[in-house]
Amino acid sequence: MNVDGKEDGEKDGGMSGYRPIIHGIGLCVALAACWLLLSGYFQILLLALGAGSVAFCVWIAMRMDLLDHEGVPLQITWAALRYFPWLMWEIVKANIDVAKRVIDPALPIAPSLFDAPVSQKTDLGQALYANSITLTPGTVAVDLDHGVIRVHALHDDAADGVLDGEMDARVRAVEGPG
Amino acid sequence: MIQLVMDILSWPLLMAGSAFVLIGAFGIWRLPDFYSRLHPAGLTDTMGAGLILLGLLLQAEAAMVAIKLLIIAVFLLFTSPTTGHATARAALAAGLRIWQAPGHGKADGKAGAAGSGTESSTPGDDGA
Repeated sequence: MNVDGKEDGEKDGGMSGYRPIIHGIGLCVALAACWLLLSGYFQILLLALGAGSVAFCVWIAMRMDLLDHEGVPLQITWAALRYFPWLMWEIVKANIDVAKRVIDPALPIAPSLFDAPVSQKTDLGQALYANSITLTPGTVAVDLDHGVIRVHALHDDAADGVLDGEMDARVRAVEGPG
Repeated sequence: MIQLVMDILSWPLLMAGSAFVLIGAFGIWRLPDFYSRLHPAGLTDTMGAGLILLGLLLQAEAAMVAIKLLIIAVFLLFTSPTTGHATARAALAAGLRIWQAPGHGKADGKAGAAGSGTESSTPGDDGA
């Protein structure tokens, strides 16, 4: 599904073997936007310094073989933006729940450590899923190995929230087909 | 006038964010073991930091300031689960066992699977 596949041929390339121009351009745009937004100065000298910095960073990323679907994951941008509001709302609900339990005099917690299945195919998707679990208070992704994620949950409701698989399915959808 | 509206909107956000930070700190002190303390720690850098940044966003006078606050929020979104996961994984790798509520040994909870390690600080129901 990626549009890249341009051959550069000046490096041995290893297992990737191509120089993904599209991801390089994507990284350029993102870095240039960062520079402009963070500096806010539009004099020639500072713009030139910014252009030099962007070129240098992209060159380093190229040498490290990071300009691929994992280092610059452009392919999931729109799906990730749709996933984000749902994740935010889950985080808000989980925050309120954990805060209530923490200040409850009875301290209604029952921590557990359990394994849950992971349906994402790519490392990027699995990392997104694991980080989503950790970002949601009440659950922390402790380990990820061969399609199984080990989660520490503060109480059974949080554990069931992971095991019901909704977040898993939504991250799988962000990943897209293929 | 605008300033008044912004104040009215932003102060509750700042107060609520501060409340989440305080509850998070309280939870870290109150909960029984390392793993369970990770959860209230998450309160401080999701809702706590998020609401405070949102409140500050409404107070921001220049667009540049607002953009920088948003970028801080994005960075927090990446760094906080990374550090949380790294510390939890390190604890598991070191063999730290989880604290379980007395009488709450879930059948699928693999508390002992991480190898023989340190004893849990409060020996609850350790059978797993």
